[in-house]
Amino acid sequence: MNVTLTVNGTEHTLDVPDNTLLVDVLRGQLGLTGTHVGCDTSQCGACVVHLNGDAVKSCTVLAGQADGAAVTTIEGIGSPDDLHPMQAAFRDNHALQCGFCTPGMIMSAIDLVQKSEGLDEQAVREGLEGNLCRCTGYHNIVKAVLAAQQNMAQGGN
Amino acid sequence: MASQNGIGAAVKRKEDARFITGMGRYTDDLGAHGQTYAMFARSPHARAKIVNIDTAAAAATDGVVAVFTGADLKADGIGDLPCGWLVKSKDGSDMIQPPHPPIAVDAVNYVGEPFALVIGETLAAAKNGAEALSVDFEELPAVVDLASAARTAQIHETVPNNQCYDWELGDKAATDAAFEKAHHVTRMDIVNNRLIPNAIEPRAALGEYDAAAGSHTLHTTSQNPHLERLVLAAFVNVAPEAKLRVISPDVGGGFGSKIFVYAEETAVIWAAGKTRRPVKWTAERSESFLADAHGRDHVTHAELALAEDGEFLGLRVQTIANMGAYLSTFASSVPTYLYGTLMAGQYKTPAIYVEVQSLFTNTAPVDAYRGAGRPEATFVVERLVETAAREIGMDATDLRRRNFIQPTDFPYETPVALTYDTGDYEASLDKALAHVHYAAFAQRRDASEAAGKKRGIGFSCYIEACGLAPSQVAISLGAGVGLFEVGEVRVDVTGSVTVVTGSHSHGQSHETTFAQIISEKLGVPFENVTVLHGDTGRSDYALGTYGSRSLAVGGSAIVKATDKIIAKGKKIAAYMLDANADDVEFEDGSFNVTDSNQSLTFAEVAFAAYVPAKYPLDELEPGLSEKAFYDPPNFTYPAGAHVCEVEVDPETGVVEVVQFVAVDDFGNIVNPMVVEGQVHGGLAQGIGQALLEHGVYDDTGQLLSGSYMDYTMPRADDLPSFTVDTTTTPCTHNPLGVKGCGEAGAIGSTAAVINAVTDALGVASIAMPATPETVWRTARGE
Amino acid sequence: MYAFNYHKPASLEEAAELMANADDGAYLSGGMTLIPTLKQRLASPSDVIDLSGIEGLSGLSLDGNRLHVGAMTRHADVAASTAIPALADLAGRIGDAHVRNRGTLGGSIANSDPAADYPAAVAALDATVHTNKRSIAGGEFFTGLFETALAEGEIVKSVDFCVPDSAAYEKFPNPASRYAVVGVMVARCADAVCVGVTGAGACAFRATALEEALSADFTPGATDGVAIDDGDFNADLHASAEYRAHLVAVLTKRAVARLI
Ligand SMILES: Cc1cc2nc3c(=O)[nH]c(=O)nc-3n(C[C@H](O)[C@H](O)[C@H](O)COP(=O)(O)OP(=O)(O)OC[C@H]3O[C@@H](n4cnc5c(N)ncnc54)[C@H](O)[C@@H]3O)c2cc1C
Ligand code: FES
Ligand code: FES
Repeated sequence: MNVTLTVNGTEHTLDVPDNTLLVDVLRGQLGLTGTHVGCDTSQCGACVVHLNGDAVKSCTVLAGQADGAAVTTIEGIGSPDDLHPMQAAFRDNHALQCGFCTPGMIMSAIDLVQKSEGLDEQAVREGLEGNLCRCTGYHNIVKAVLAAQQNMAQGGN
Repeated sequence: MASQNGIGAAVKRKEDARFITGMGRYTDDLGAHGQTYAMFARSPHARAKIVNIDTAAAAATDGVVAVFTGADLKADGIGDLPCGWLVKSKDGSDMIQPPHPPIAVDAVNYVGEPFALVIGETLAAAKNGAEALSVDFEELPAVVDLASAARTAQIHETVPNNQCYDWELGDKAATDAAFEKAHHVTRMDIVNNRLIPNAIEPRAALGEYDAAAGSHTLHTTSQNPHLERLVLAAFVNVAPEAKLRVISPDVGGGFGSKIFVYAEETAVIWAAGKTRRPVKWTAERSESFLADAHGRDHVTHAELALAEDGEFLGLRVQTIANMGAYLSTFASSVPTYLYGTLMAGQYKTPAIYVEVQSLFTNTAPVDAYRGAGRPEATFVVERLVETAAREIGMDATDLRRRNFIQPTDFPYETPVALTYDTGDYEASLDKALAHVHYAAFAQRRDASEAAGKKRGIGFSCYIEACGLAPSQVAISLGAGVGLFEVGEVRVDVTGSVTVVTGSHSHGQSHETTFAQIISEKLGVPFENVTVLHGDTGRSDYALGTYGSRSLAVGGSAIVKATDKIIAKGKKIAAYMLDANADDVEFEDGSFNVTDSNQSLTFAEVAFAAYVPAKYPLDELEPGLSEKAFYDPPNFTYPAGAHVCEVEVDPETGVVEVVQFVAVDDFGNIVNPMVVEGQVHGGLAQGIGQALLEHGVYDDTGQLLSGSYMDYTMPRADDLPSFTVDTTTTPCTHNPLGVKGCGEAGAIGSTAAVINAVTDALGVASIAMPATPETVWRTARGE
Repeated sequence: MYAFNYHKPASLEEAAELMANADDGAYLSGGMTLIPTLKQRLASPSDVIDLSGIEGLSGLSLDGNRLHVGAMTRHADVAASTAIPALADLAGRIGDAHVRNRGTLGGSIANSDPAADYPAAVAALDATVHTNKRSIAGGEFFTGLFETALAEGEIVKSVDFCVPDSAAYEKFPNPASRYAVVGVMVARCADAVCVGVTGAGACAFRATALEEALSADFTPGATDGVAIDDGDFNADLHASAEYRAHLVAVLTKRAVARLI
């Protein structure tokens, strides 16, 4: 089956088997390996990307369901020289250790901050319910999201 | 120059640039031309004989490249997976190590044990092939309950009573005598719950075989690629050591579970040689649950003898430790040398006797998981101490102070084989109490009470032994490997530096902290230092990362290498400046001749070493690259005070951790930001053990908590923000004065949480994890 | 995942026809239940029929005191709605943000997971489930563990709920999965008090004994003496039947407390 996806601003038309997951298209066919897979029950959030502006688990979306959609992955939000404020906040607050949960965590956090105002610590913790991190104890992730909220409000993305 | 990115600075991490932009390279991100995919067929039974495996239909499945059973590996000379530490029983006999073929041959002994391997052109083909295998199992009754495991069916032919060993430590007679004169004895039965490690990156492997060179390359998620290589070469016979390269690229967390040499990685690299095709395997999370080595799982009876004034007189501990179905790589050492030796805790208990019986059960192998033995020991000691205080009506912190080893007592020899070099336990406790506002706790408790909640506070003053050492002592106690670390400092021609370390970072930030050491010692700008790790093709043989050893052992090796660089640099500089080498000092990144204004920069000396125009070639080799091995003379002893405050909703049993304070003494600190992060992560795991996490098998040996649907991982909203602080007594015997911080959070916290919950409920004990239903029932007096 | 054919029909008729012609078809809405099942090879449909291309299946509209919610309305959209705050609150507590961005009302009730949240609202808010064939009273929709009154191939089009005078949803999440160990919705419509319970039994039900007690005396204390029969309640690693029964009482009491 053919699907057309606009990934990080570039349109791709790809021929994929009907049972292909979006995450496999991203990682396998497009080589965007920043999106990770950490579970098989749709719970860890390592695979989170934005689909038409919403954070979704790319391991639980079929390529066909995403046909015609715009997808943004961790590779599409900033680069080492031009970080998204959320990426910068993660670095500045040491919100990552092994880095495996980080892309999904950042994509979730951006969606969370973009869709809510005046998040406090508790709201951030609840908002990140769908993302597991085994390294950081979440302490610095929460700090980073709160810091990024400020920066994003002040004109960043 | 204590450079601004030197030791002690909260430098932002080098590794982050790639991780926050999605440019990390983890094993599953790699691929090789023509790669195939492996799928393991796993036992659905906890215990069964394999009567027959019919592979015909699997082999005939579309897209299947090959099907291998345990018999195929065995026929090819592939050996058993060994255990690296030989523990001896009380009677002097060696522990019994049952055969552990990577792929089961005659019998399966836990649910999830692989019994065949299917290689497919695609993952789907491999899965289809695995499903097409037809296996005739003869099911046998499973041994699951640990407490009774010595008295039920025998799992392995060679292991009577399912007993691996029956070990002891300490002076039994002296301890018995201490109990005889006790004024009070506190007795407890303690179950330390089984945990499943759950690094968020599942294990993975990509095996490749170069037929022309006859060499194998294995990319895998290992914490210690050299160990993997050694075991695969020397014990498992996959390939000669020289023909096997093991590379751990970016690794997404380990917590111990990625130390071990497992069936899957072994089979993948072997199969790559057999099929002459690259073979890739990535665990699905359900496989991680079933087949990663689990942690903890002890049943213990412990007793503490006290004098009338609260002085500890003696401690007696009897533990049954679960090994699971086979001995994993370091399983035997965890409940013995990493557990029994820690029973003195921070106290001057004069007589201690520990007995540990390790038993096999039909469950996944159990091995080191963050803290490895030390959390279990801390849990025993700190639960006993807190309970004793309540029983004799003394404040729990006062009882601890009454018994602390004092700063003047160091070096302090414990009755359980360790010599603590330094510490100030009261300083940490004082600081923790100040942070937690202990004096105002009673008021907070009243406020909770008024709101229908129960508030409790609990303490845990833990000690740990890190950087397992020295090699000769460990080897005399049964270790099969040396415990040193290697560090290589290669000064580049232009004066930048490449460091190669044998330790490995899977979250610990080596690329940053090791660069800070170089920057501090050599005055080289932090940006100009690159740290390489995780590749047997790059570094000398070393032990990798476990047991909070990277900085204390790996960092020390690097310091030793920098000392050699400086010594050589001085000679070069002296020659270039026509001075006496003894008159050259190295400071702030330059070589200066004392009492003169002559000096050369580090870069100038480096350049001269590689372009030896004016250079004493007849006395000195060109180049500026040095390597050092460091074998520590002793463990390091991080210690600290953890305080937990909880609020319990007695109606539902929900426990909320409202405050958690950790004050730790890690000796000197290279990067406080990184250290705090390590503590946070450990605390989450320790709190997780106390309240959430539980690996549960049913009576037939089926894993009930086999996915994130049932195994409770700590999530952001389960935890509070933590208060983390430090005190400092530098380690006395390594050049950095550092102790290690990777496990402390997981070691100290669990007891503090349970002490707080039992305080809130006013009960002597509660089962772990203290889940809502457990708490609800306990609150009702059940 | 096993192989299957993926379809995205543009109409209900086309969807039903694809289903009728499939060996073993499955409708796909948000996929938050179906796709994990497929990934683990726990189901092997020959055809997956995605309902997302069909116009008119999503959105909320108010009609007198009935709130009409299209089957394809995502949890996130219900969570953001205002007509029935308790329903919005319930939807906002389903899974996590990512699940709420994909999962739908229709998929949730068609699945009839005993631990799902929506069924509590279907039970408590006098709901009617509209399908491509008929309308089914909320009280008759859930028939057992993962079972509903839906016939083979029948498609949920929408659900309408009574807009209550007041209502509150209390959820005790499973610590691991975050589904409902027990969820209770208490609603007052005119004189009636409805208590919809999910998580406790094989499927959602109305707790009539609690309703009677609360009809007589709408105070948190009114439920104190009410016996809750846990005879066929669920039991698992995280909660015994007895504990679930206890939670039904506690959550009901807390919901009532929020309403007075
Ligand atoms: C991590 C995670 C956490 C979750 N937590 C919760 C939770 O806390 N509470 C909760 O209630 N749920 C939870 N869910 C389930 C979630 O709410 C699902 O979205 C929901 O159960 C199914 O809706 P769906 O639209 O995704 O359906 P799908 O997965 O697409 O379909 C589910 C089933 O319904 C059938 N179906 C779908 N649409 C229709 C229709 N219109 N007519 C007839 N049959 C149809 C499908 O064939 C399939 O059998 C969770 C899911 C995940 C992955
Ligand atoms: S990979 Fe775990 S939720 Fe997608
Ligand atoms: S940083 Fe390792 S899992 Fe989050």
